[in-house]
Amino acid sequence: MSLLTSLRSTATVALGRTARTVARLRAGGTGGTALPGLVVERTDPAFLRRTLDQLPLGVVVVSGTNGKTTTTKMLVQLLEERGLKVLTNRTGSNFVRGVLSSLLTEVSWSGRTDAHVAVLELDEAHAVRFVNKVRPRGALLLNVMRDQLDRFGEIDYTATLLRQVAQATTGVVVTNADDPRLSDDDFLQGIEARVSAFGVGEGLRDVFLSDDELRGGPSGAAPSTASHGGPERLCPPARVILKSLDGQQAVIRVDGEDHPITFTIPGVHNQLNAVAALAMAVEVMGRRLDLPSLLGTLSRVGAAFGRGEVLDLDGRQLELSLVKNPAGFRMSLLTAEQAVRTRGPETVMVAINDEHADGRDMSWLWDVDFSSLRDGGVAVVTGVRAWDMALRLRYDGVEVGTVEPDLSRALDLLRRAPGQDEGYRMRVFTSYTAMLALRARLAELTDVEEVMK
Amino acid sequence: MSDLYEHTTDGPARGRIRLLQLYPGDMNIYGDWGNALVLARRAQWQGYDVEMLSYDRGEELKGDVHLIVGGGGQDSGQERIKEDLLARGPALRDLAEAGTPMLVICGLYQLFGHHFVTSGGVEMPGIGVLDAHTVAGNQRLIGNIAVESEDFGTVVGYENHSGLTRLGPGTRPLGRVRPGEGNNGQDGTEGARSHHVIGTYLHGSLLPKNPAVADWLLARAVERSGGQWEPVPVDDPVEAWAERAREVALSRPR
Repeated sequence: MSLLTSLRSTATVALGRTARTVARLRAGGTGGTALPGLVVERTDPAFLRRTLDQLPLGVVVVSGTNGKTTTTKMLVQLLEERGLKVLTNRTGSNFVRGVLSSLLTEVSWSGRTDAHVAVLELDEAHAVRFVNKVRPRGALLLNVMRDQLDRFGEIDYTATLLRQVAQATTGVVVTNADDPRLSDDDFLQGIEARVSAFGVGEGLRDVFLSDDELRGGPSGAAPSTASHGGPERLCPPARVILKSLDGQQAVIRVDGEDHPITFTIPGVHNQLNAVAALAMAVEVMGRRLDLPSLLGTLSRVGAAFGRGEVLDLDGRQLELSLVKNPAGFRMSLLTAEQAVRTRGPETVMVAINDEHADGRDMSWLWDVDFSSLRDGGVAVVTGVRAWDMALRLRYDGVEVGTVEPDLSRALDLLRRAPGQDEGYRMRVFTSYTAMLALRARLAELTDVEEVMK
Repeated sequence: MSDLYEHTTDGPARGRIRLLQLYPGDMNIYGDWGNALVLARRAQWQGYDVEMLSYDRGEELKGDVHLIVGGGGQDSGQERIKEDLLARGPALRDLAEAGTPMLVICGLYQLFGHHFVTSGGVEMPGIGVLDAHTVAGNQRLIGNIAVESEDFGTVVGYENHSGLTRLGPGTRPLGRVRPGEGNNGQDGTEGARSHHVIGTYLHGSLLPKNPAVADWLLARAVERSGGQWEPVPVDDPVEAWAERAREVALSRPR
């Protein structure tokens, strides 16, 4: 770095950090994620690339519709425990400005960093803007689901955004062999980087259905044998495979060899995210790969905030389960079923908002089969779109205790709902903005991990 | 594939309705299943057995159905079904002319018209059940929408389409847009009606929040099966909840 660019960075870091302080003062001590990034973006557009170019192992981007935050957190932990210093946007602020803001907290006053690698979670649309500025060494592409139809119009369009990320990647693209769009030849055609893949074993295909397959089975767009690849297909056979899963017990196949593992993390979707993170970690470690120690870390990884997070409330466990799309909701319901089988009945609440970050369109709720909730019923339905959700449950024959759109009042109702005396676990299926609001309310009542947001 | 949804009332069934969902494999992206489910449940609650049928590409299209629903898909989904749908066109036109009630949404609404010209300028022929034609526009019309309709009152839903549909003289609109874009964002119309066929861009899903439309379709279906639809009040909160859900939807940002 020349003296001039170093001075430039020093000025930018100072300016950005000042902006953050101002933003936090205004917001009453919290928040202020995007503003410093905006200031830096305007005043020193080359700061991002200049900073990230210093990293010996480059930048790894994690993108896709679902699981970005949790997978990014896991990948960072996998690499950090191997002794790498990792830059990341751990706040879940996954736009370019959020990344810039995160960098500001990590670099020295002169804009220097001693990190080895950056692992950045990027929203699909912003990932394209990002890769136009900085070409990533690696890209981990998780899935293309339909939770943002009202934002992107078409799932197929979302796939074209991820394709641009793949095309900008220089080293390795790790793709989901079971996602019909991400393993398609058209998608992988002309990608400069090496392609690697993760997937699930044949026995788990019916657990991890894609959105296309929720109704009417696999459609023409969904090759069901994707994880096995084939000589004529560009998607290689998956290098890392979630071969079997039974509660917390799993078998992961890496390079053809099976490894039993016991996950700490609950939830089948989280466990698949862990496998995706492992697939990218294996690529990043390259020849320094120490698989047993990676698997050791993997068995201990946790979820990102609000995703399978378990809190203690009134001496009972409360699990927050973030739901954003049909396939994800289905996974969360499977996880709940599993928990009821092993740990007994739960008192359930569903919280659905329709803010911009949730998606305004409620139609996706109708593609989720809620019949697994028939036995226990749902104690409380809440959120702006509580009535839509309640309707959905009733048409699936699920009893609903109370409909209370106000989240705070609903949380009180949940605490007093049947099951309180028996000490039942509480489970809240919640859309994104409802989760943020519930978390804020829960933080007044119990210990909740603090996250700068 | 067929599933039986048995009547939930006491005594024998008042009748049996055969309900067919078109192309659930390719055209089921906006919760279209919800429309089929709501029809089945409301019929069950009124004492009918409902045979739920589906039709996908290459299968046999049964002629003795009383009610047909079809949904939206990606452009690629439309591409996949277009040949098959054209082959089924005469049969579907006959069913429509014979008075079979149908609800087609988004993608299938477009293909139930005369043709759909894609953004690439390619003309995709439709089956002409509705006197309408659609040309892809260069922006997506997305958001909460309400439609004032003579027969159903205010119809509430969510639209998400780039196709711009214009109606010919042989069909009338479902209603007037109030707020929203509707068929083409210009003439204030939304949807199309011809015989007992309703085509519309409203999903969301349409029927849970618009039970008046659901019951109209069921009435026509029961008539097709040779009976008379005489609904009795149902002791279930869904009617009240639908009203609250409608109010909330109408109050939300587009």
